Amino acid sequence: MTDATMTAPVKAKKKPAGRPSTLALLFNNTLATVGLVILALICLTALAAPLLPLPDPDVTAPANRLMPVFSDGHLLGTDHLGRDLLSRLIWGTRVSLAVGLSATVIAAFFGSLLGLVAGYAGGRVDTLIMRGIDMVMAFPYILLALAIVAVLGPGLLNALYAIALVNIPFFARNIRGITLGLSRREFVDAARLAGKSPPQILFIEILPNVLPVIVITMSTTVGWMVLETAGLSFLGLGAQPPQADLGSMLGEGRKILFTAPHVSIIPGLMIFALVMSINLLGDGIRDILDPRLRAGSLTRPVARTKVIRDPKDIPPPSLEPGVLDVRDMRTEFQIGGSVYKAVGGVDLHLKKGECIGIIGESGSGKSVTAMSVMGLVPTPPGRIVGGAAYLNGEDLFGASDKRVRDLRGGSVAYVFQDPLSTLHPLFTVGDQLIEAIQAHQPLSGSEAKEKAIELLSLVRIPNAPERLSAYPHELSGGMRQRVCIAMALANDANVLIADEPTTALDVTVQSQILTLMNGLRRERDAAILFITHDFGVVSALCDRVAVMYAGRIVETGVTAEVLANPQHPYTAKLIDCVPVLGQPERRTDAIEGRPPVVNNLPDGCAFADRCPRVQTACRVGLIELEMANETRGVSCLFPMNKELRDDQAS
Amino acid sequence: MGAYIAKRLLAAIPVLFGLTIIVFLIMAMIPGDPATAILGSYATPENVAKLNKDLGLDKTLFEQYVIWIGNLFKGDLGRSYTLNRPVLDEVLERFTATLILAGTALLLCSILGLLAGVVSAVRQYGLADKAITLLVLVGISRPSFWLGLLLILIFAVNLRLFPASGMYAIYGGGDLKDLLHHLALPAFTLSVVATGVIARLTRTAMLEVLRQDYIRTARAKGLSERKVIYKHAFKSALVSIVPVIGIQAGFVIGGAVYIETVFQWPGIGSMLVKAISTRDLLLVQGGVLVVASAYVLFNLAADVVQTMLDPRLR
Repeated sequence: MTDATMTAPVKAKKKPAGRPSTLALLFNNTLATVGLVILALICLTALAAPLLPLPDPDVTAPANRLMPVFSDGHLLGTDHLGRDLLSRLIWGTRVSLAVGLSATVIAAFFGSLLGLVAGYAGGRVDTLIMRGIDMVMAFPYILLALAIVAVLGPGLLNALYAIALVNIPFFARNIRGITLGLSRREFVDAARLAGKSPPQILFIEILPNVLPVIVITMSTTVGWMVLETAGLSFLGLGAQPPQADLGSMLGEGRKILFTAPHVSIIPGLMIFALVMSINLLGDGIRDILDPRLRAGSLTRPVARTKVIRDPKDIPPPSLEPGVLDVRDMRTEFQIGGSVYKAVGGVDLHLKKGECIGIIGESGSGKSVTAMSVMGLVPTPPGRIVGGAAYLNGEDLFGASDKRVRDLRGGSVAYVFQDPLSTLHPLFTVGDQLIEAIQAHQPLSGSEAKEKAIELLSLVRIPNAPERLSAYPHELSGGMRQRVCIAMALANDANVLIADEPTTALDVTVQSQILTLMNGLRRERDAAILFITHDFGVVSALCDRVAVMYAGRIVETGVTAEVLANPQHPYTAKLIDCVPVLGQPERRTDAIEGRPPVVNNLPDGCAFADRCPRVQTACRVGLIELEMANETRGVSCLFPMNKELRDDQAS
Repeated sequence: MGAYIAKRLLAAIPVLFGLTIIVFLIMAMIPGDPATAILGSYATPENVAKLNKDLGLDKTLFEQYVIWIGNLFKGDLGRSYTLNRPVLDEVLERFTATLILAGTALLLCSILGLLAGVVSAVRQYGLADKAITLLVLVGISRPSFWLGLLLILIFAVNLRLFPASGMYAIYGGGDLKDLLHHLALPAFTLSVVATGVIARLTRTAMLEVLRQDYIRTARAKGLSERKVIYKHAFKSALVSIVPVIGIQAGFVIGGAVYIETVFQWPGIGSMLVKAISTRDLLLVQGGVLVVASAYVLFNLAADVVQTMLDPRLR
């Protein structure tokens, strides 16, 4: 019996074509397959024991005692009473398997029942059951099993009960958690309203949904149970002679360890093979059913985004002077079999002291653009596949890791969106600031501390010296973001890249942060790349703006010009979305539809499907960003300032 | 911090109290008559009745519990009839030996497990990761007592590097060097399973933490990868691993039962096994109570360490 076949009836629903079944995935996992094969072999041999031509495992033959492995007629030799070890091994495996499986089934049955009832009933019943479970769990596990055997007396059946009993809390806890979540779901409410009784709801509605979890829990515990029953038998508290399981064989062999080690090594190997195959299979099943592992979200990102670009195809820096010069940058994500083109060829040019806003909806690629510059896009799944980013003329994508590390937080500093998740929760604000300073400046501890206080005062944090010892969670959202800005300013960066730094904050705090950033820009002459989805923010801070859609810039220009006279229909729609104070009659239409998924971009303009002005020509070829002058450009065949003729309407 | 520890200690009192009830009830539920068990099946009814009265078994369960817990506070856990000495003396003596063994094993598995887990996460899908994953799987899949026997065969019988059993050499031993020499094999054997569990969890915890926004911040600051991983990521991972180490303490103390039997370590585990087979129930009761209380305190210590690491929990 394998766990895979047990899941099958639960998941008997038709699977959509193209997605591999659980069983197919299992066979893709080499280790799990090995486990399955070994386990199947062991189980089949154990089941077939009565049919195999084996000597009686309990017949003693003192004349033949302690024969070594590969003896005539005794493949694995004999034990101290002359009994055939191979026969005893196979019969013992049968017993161990039966006991381990029964204990698992018993624990799963009672544990799940308790968990179901506690999770569904809630309130006092839940508290009562779970306190009891906690109490039992306050005992070291094996100790409790020992105490139970002490009460019931040694014996295989008593050992089975003890092992089952101590595993009940494990099931109860797991199943209760799932049941608790399920019992608040709509289908349970519906069943309740339909007048079904609690047992009916519990066993007809909830149980089928909990069953896969029970199966997974069983597959991960059955190995333990086999080990533990073997352990009790080894101690002489389980199987009593002449009955033998693998554990008691080991226990008997131990007494003659020095003279005949094979008598104890062989049953040990068998337990090992059995438990190992169960664990391999169980891990395989868990990996397949765990959605996180499927999505690859547990893959470790490396320190810097991988760059795979054709060395012959690196665009040169533009001729105008500037601090940050991004040329035809392309960043992709490879997730499963599909490639998401998050940034599909972006050009940006940032002069000293200038602030450029990048605006767009979620998923337009604006954050990825910002992260790509210093290689902060996680790899895997991200990678930069083309283009270049020049910082004061230096190609960042071609620079060494060491060089990039020196520039990060040095010349180019970042401020991120949610200051609660971007500050380390376990270090004080002071530690994190001092660390940022010392990463780039050879200052002593006290000098760095002074500098940190200075920085906190610079971002207008009151009582700066006391705040150093505060943890991020002890500060308000606005204060936290000020700390992040202070950290970004620690080493006099030329370029500040701010990724929606005000999105997670209250409106009043937002304007404070914007004023602060604007002031700092003027004082320090730093260039800012400001990512946002809010035109209000752009108009308050940015000299120029670039509108992004589906990984490309669709319109760019001086902020006032773009706001007054948007040319791309998308820009026009975005501006329409901004509510204006004192104009309640103004329509703030949402843009219909959704941005296209970037793993399957349509030919032509990506906005075509949502565009009110779409023409047939919009759906063909690549539509380039046409620059009207040095700053102003749009990638649209029929921009807003151009009249549409009736015969072109589709 | 002091206030927090005091609060946690207070909260542990009801748990310890509950433990005494469970331990008492387990022993009270034992089928058959303890007096008959002690006196043997040829005892006269008068003798049985007298012994029952001496043992206080003619009273109600509640009265028995009150007397028992009263004696407990006086440090009286009764007298072991097989050893003919106070249970408390025997239990404390044995428990010291177990603490030495389990404490060493716990230290070993924490260091090795954390190390292996971090290396595994940092070298994810690399050779080291695969090797560690396989070793961990092997480590948690075989009976610890069997590993103990194998180690005795290899290191004690064949190579003669370590003694096969006991805590001190019979002649001329008794110092720390002798103890460590005797400790090496059993402590290592005992630590293997917990090492595997901790390594596995550390790997997962590290991989989860390395995805967090604040790790990106650390990288954006220009910190070296060593600092990012061993300072920023490891501290966060540790917060979720410390309680697991607390739970592993329970498994290590429990697992000591097997290891002490295999290596004839004079600890509480081997005492319990012997007491169970000789039906010396007072000794079982005392042993279980002391070990379970120690486990509660271990978990409490883990909670306190976790709180020290994570200011949000204070």
